This record gives sequence, structure tokens and C-alpha cells, in this order.
Amino acid sequence: MQVRVLVRLKPGVLDPQGRAVHHALEGLGFAGVEDVRIGRLIELDVADDTDHDTIKAMCEKLLANTVIESFTIETGAAG
Amino acid sequence: MAFRAAVITFPGSNCDRDMAQALEAVSGQPAVRVWHGDADLPDRLDLIALPGGFSYGDYLRSGAMAATSPIMRAVIAAAGRGVPVLGVCNGFQVLTEARLLPGALLRNAGQRFVCRTVGLTVENSASLFTAGYAAGETIRIPVAHHDGNYYADADTLDRLEGEGRVAFRYTEACNGSARDIAGVLSDNGRVLGMMPHPERAIEPSAVPALGGADGRKLFENILASLASA
Repeated sequence: MQVRVLVRLKPGVLDPQGRAVHHALEGLGFAGVEDVRIGRLIELDVADDTDHDTIKAMCEKLLANTVIESFTIETGAAG
Repeated sequence: MAFRAAVITFPGSNCDRDMAQALEAVSGQPAVRVWHGDADLPDRLDLIALPGGFSYGDYLRSGAMAATSPIMRAVIAAAGRGVPVLGVCNGFQVLTEARLLPGALLRNAGQRFVCRTVGLTVENSASLFTAGYAAGETIRIPVAHHDGNYYADADTLDRLEGEGRVAFRYTEACNGSARDIAGVLSDNGRVLGMMPHPERAIEPSAVPALGGADGRKLFENILASLASA
């Protein structure tokens, strides 16, 4: 089973990388970019009977640092 | 006085030798070197030191992989028994990832690696690490990091300040850290994490770039706390 975990910085946590990329986009002439936030996509291939709580535990214990990050879990066929 | 310190080496640690050397210079006794894959720590430790570096190449998040290593289970258990733990730079990142200390260390606000000697205000001079400093004293200690931007939510920051758990504060903005926090203590004051490197400032030098001696006292404080215990 394919699982995609999207890890994002929580709102309010400064994202210096996003800010630098935002600045670079403006430098390239792209107008109208309001904000840029950079997250992380983690793709897992797990046994089909892996339950949601187990994946959630993986996120909480390692894949995301819940002090600064939130995560969403998508299961199903890879997009 | 017998003094037994352990220095943990993770793959990618690069200040472990400096830490061991500083401990030996101050205590006169060799530090025990412990590999991250070991499941157990030596007995009767007076200090566990987590050194600086780039454990696991900073994969995932700085300190995240190291926090899951076998030896960290033993470190967490030892901290629970009150064994003093000092985490410097990457060691601080590991301590937050292991949840032995609150908060997290984000990428520096200016995006750049910061490598220079900075001023620190001693905010708490009552802990076993800081008792020999005067409260409000300014000391100079080198920093060298990319992810030293201390973050915690406002409630946590207020609690840390209220409980006197901010050990050191930068005298001027260094990396974007919330409230210029450079080092924090656990609730029992026996775990200290700090981004600056006291082990790089243990002997006076005519060359200021070589770090000075203000960090030596931190190690002397740990020894003194044992003598008075």
C-alpha cells in the first residue's frame, strides 16, 4: 500500500527557506506570489494491512516533529 | 575527585573529540567514549555529553535520526534518574528531538550558517551548569550552526522564562531564536541544551578567534556541583 505523508511547518513557524524562495520567484519576475511555504513529502510503501493508527504513530514519533510541524496522511494508489 | 563523564558519538558527530578533550582538561580524567549503537551506558556517570556535529547528515531534521538511536533510550533513562546531560549544538537538537527539552531548532532566520564568537547573558546562575557564573554576566562563546533558531510556542516560552529555565540568551540577535534564547534547562535543571560551544572556549588565547576561556567555567561548575553534592 502506498502512503503519502505530507509534513508542513505549522502556521506561525517562520520558514526562512520559503521566504528565500519567495524572494527568488519575485526576482525572476513572477508577480502576485503572496507567500511560499516549504514542506516535505514522504512516500511509504507499507504492508496492505497497516492501520492508520500505526502510520500516525510513525508520523508522531519520527516523520514529523509535532512541536513545529503538522502532517497529513494519504493512503491509496500513488498519484 | 573521581569524575566520570561519557561522550556519545553519533555517525556525523564532529565535536566529540573536542568535548572529550575539554572534559579531560578540566577534570583531569578521561571521558568514556560511547558509540550511538550501544544499548547501554557505563555505570556511575556524573555527566552525559551529546556533542556537536551533523549526526546522520541532518537527514529528515537535525537531530531527528540520532534521537531514535539505541543509546538515546539509555540517555533518556539516565536523565530520568537525574544524571546530568549536556547537549551542545547538534546535541541540543538531539535533546529537543528526544523530547528531553522543549521546543525545536529551526533553520537560522537569515538562512546562513553562523560561525563566530557571540556574547551570551547568563540568565540562570543557579543550575549545576551555571552556578559559577554571575546572573546577568556576559560571557563569550563560539557558535557554528545552521539550525540554531530556537522555537517554542508562546505558552512554552513564558513557562520557560517563569521557571528560570532559560540558561543563556544571545546578547544580540544571532539566528532568529525566540527571545534570543541560546540555551534551555529541563524542569529539574539537570539537562542543559545550548547552541554555543563551551568546549571550544576552555583555554585563554592571545587570538580571540580561538574562542577564549569563558566555556571552561561551565565544566568547572559541573565538577563543583558534584563536590558539593
